[in-house]
Amino acid sequence: MSDKGTNLDPWYDSYADRTAGLSASEVRALFAVASRPEVVSLAGGMPYVSALPRELVTGSIDRVMSKGGGAMALQYGSGQGTPAIREHIMQIMAMEGIRGSADDVVVTTGSQQALDLVTRLFINPGDVVLAESPSYVGALGVFKAYQADVQHVAMDDEGLIPEALREAITAVTSRGGTIKFLYTIPNFHNPAGVTLSWARRLEILEICRSAGILVLEDNPYGLLSFDEPAPQAMRSVDDEGVIYLGSFSKTLAPGFRVGWALAPHAIREKLILANESATLSPNSFGQFVITEYLDQADWRGQIDIFRDLYRERRDAMLSALGEYLPSLSWTRPEGGFFVWLSLPDELDSKAMLPRAVKELVAYTPGTAFYADGGGRQNIRLSFCYPTSEMIKVGVARLATVINGELDLLNTFSGAQLGKPSRQREGVTMPPPNIS
Amino acid sequence: MNSSPLRNVTVLAGGISHERDVSLRSGRRVVDSLTSHGITVELRDPDATLLAHLTETRPDVVWPVLHGASGEDGALRGLLEALDIPFVGSTSAAARLAWDKPTAKELARRAGVLTPRGLTLSHDAFRELGAAGVLAAIADEHPVPVVVKPARGGSAQGVTVVESADGLPRAMVDAYTYCDDVIVEQKITGTEIAVGVIDTGDGPTALPAVEIVPRSGFYGFDARYNAGETTFFTPARLDDDAAAGAARAAVAVHEALGLRHLSRVDLIVDAAGAAWFLEVNVLPGLTETSLVPMALDAAGFELGLVYAALAEKAVRDHQ
Repeated sequence: MSDKGTNLDPWYDSYADRTAGLSASEVRALFAVASRPEVVSLAGGMPYVSALPRELVTGSIDRVMSKGGGAMALQYGSGQGTPAIREHIMQIMAMEGIRGSADDVVVTTGSQQALDLVTRLFINPGDVVLAESPSYVGALGVFKAYQADVQHVAMDDEGLIPEALREAITAVTSRGGTIKFLYTIPNFHNPAGVTLSWARRLEILEICRSAGILVLEDNPYGLLSFDEPAPQAMRSVDDEGVIYLGSFSKTLAPGFRVGWALAPHAIREKLILANESATLSPNSFGQFVITEYLDQADWRGQIDIFRDLYRERRDAMLSALGEYLPSLSWTRPEGGFFVWLSLPDELDSKAMLPRAVKELVAYTPGTAFYADGGGRQNIRLSFCYPTSEMIKVGVARLATVINGELDLLNTFSGAQLGKPSRQREGVTMPPPNIS
Repeated sequence: MNSSPLRNVTVLAGGISHERDVSLRSGRRVVDSLTSHGITVELRDPDATLLAHLTETRPDVVWPVLHGASGEDGALRGLLEALDIPFVGSTSAAARLAWDKPTAKELARRAGVLTPRGLTLSHDAFRELGAAGVLAAIADEHPVPVVVKPARGGSAQGVTVVESADGLPRAMVDAYTYCDDVIVEQKITGTEIAVGVIDTGDGPTALPAVEIVPRSGFYGFDARYNAGETTFFTPARLDDDAAAGAARAAVAVHEALGLRHLSRVDLIVDAAGAAWFLEVNVLPGLTETSLVPMALDAAGFELGLVYAALAEKAVRDHQ
């Protein structure tokens, strides 16, 4: 035995500062039960890939492998992605009003990697990223890894509030901070479920243009509208001040891990180099299979199938919330995967999670979507994966959890309750199937 | 090469408890160790098909590496007994005693082992008697610092060390989120140790005590499951008398509760060298950061051999 004892990680003191938070946590461990069949998981943002006919995928794979034995698909590829898939991506983005050149598209390992690359290009430790309040947990994790200072900007039912953005810019600049970009999810927001109105898109672009702030428009859910199409992309009216991120994860399947960035020329050049530095080249096989799928399958019809499915589940969730939790408030998404539930002030969504596990329902606490400890009175509910019947069961269980927690807090109503004691501050990154 | 008479072992891990993740990690380590010893091992997450599967396959022995409810509360063990299948670890009756921390403390006390003063309160007690009065009574009888913890459960989930009285209500609420019964007990200051007790056929034997020194000062979930967050000293930095006393206390608790095969007894050794019993685990963590594997290693045991010996002992005990 050493006099210094054993600490099981001899490299503990060698890790970079940016790894702070990369650790096992009680909350993350609780998510482990979400995969059990007894548990209704309203936590995960997993697309319902079972609605994708298997033969559409296997047919595409067969065709890829029949062309020269799949030699190109099995080989390294370009750091920018194949020309063929980039042409398809331009057609997809045209559905949201985007015009441009396939030369400005960089294919990435999911749009998550594009997010990482953009952040790597722009963020020095301490630089400010403006992000909606709340914001996507996977983005917050990236920003934290690059030691960005995330400043949240308020939103309402129409999305990001322009006046709040002006105030945030003024507050940061007046203290000498450097704002590198605004990160926004304008369509069917994750986690809030709301959509940024067209008028606000224009106003926000103007605010950012005036302040010299780049806009990072993340749009994984844009084509999954339930009734009216989402407003056209912000990138459709500004090709110099916006980097647009897109993905096949929700309109096809996340397992391919293929996404993209559409960037102004100069940024695109750096993105390609950064992409090559990170992965040499994006997934060749996935790109070839997706290209075949887009060439041969009725992919627009498949998106309609996804839309109908998610619309039905959204309706089931809103109906169940109305039935079991009528005194609470929640957003009414017009597309995408998520409802944002507001709890009574005295409740804490993160502290309540163990009780939810006992009741066999999982959700994502609102705290996951804030870099500043906010979100304790919120829960993100996902309707994308469980069936409508299970959504109803899950919301009923959630009501039991909330009522049980209220009963507990009511017992201690005369006492001064501080913040839950065991909770670490900051972003707790759920596992990938939860994000 | 397999020198063990065992043909097949089923390891159960996962489940739906709060400690599912820990259980899966422990289970995989047990599987690796047994497999390295040449034993054929099946890893299974218990579900609705489990009992039918066990009835059909009749493994030589089952190792329930299930933390938390159903794994440690005796329920699954009772079913294995009903199915007449040998299993590693304590019987259902003994596991039930150990799972309920207040019961385990009382049995330890009757066996002459010191345990911190404390009381157990249900949520209903607060509801009926009013929080203000109950909290005042707790503060009078058990002045801070105290430890507040769920009466059942592990991995320090829901546990708070309360250093000032105004932190007590929040600590109670946090613990009740996990369990409807909560223990408030006197905090003993001293050296925090864990003593593994194994019995592969020669009677319960204490392993070298593992001393726990968390960087944060609190051996909570983060300190337990993130390598590097805690420094361990094996054997613990105790004088010979204190070490022997701790070992005796651990074996006494193991025997008083009627445990078998394997347990881990958590103790604090105070400045006078006295060992205070905190709790006992019939299924101690067996992950890469867990204490019993560390103690076995320090004692010169090879994990695969010990785990195989425990499984063989389970078969012999069943005969």
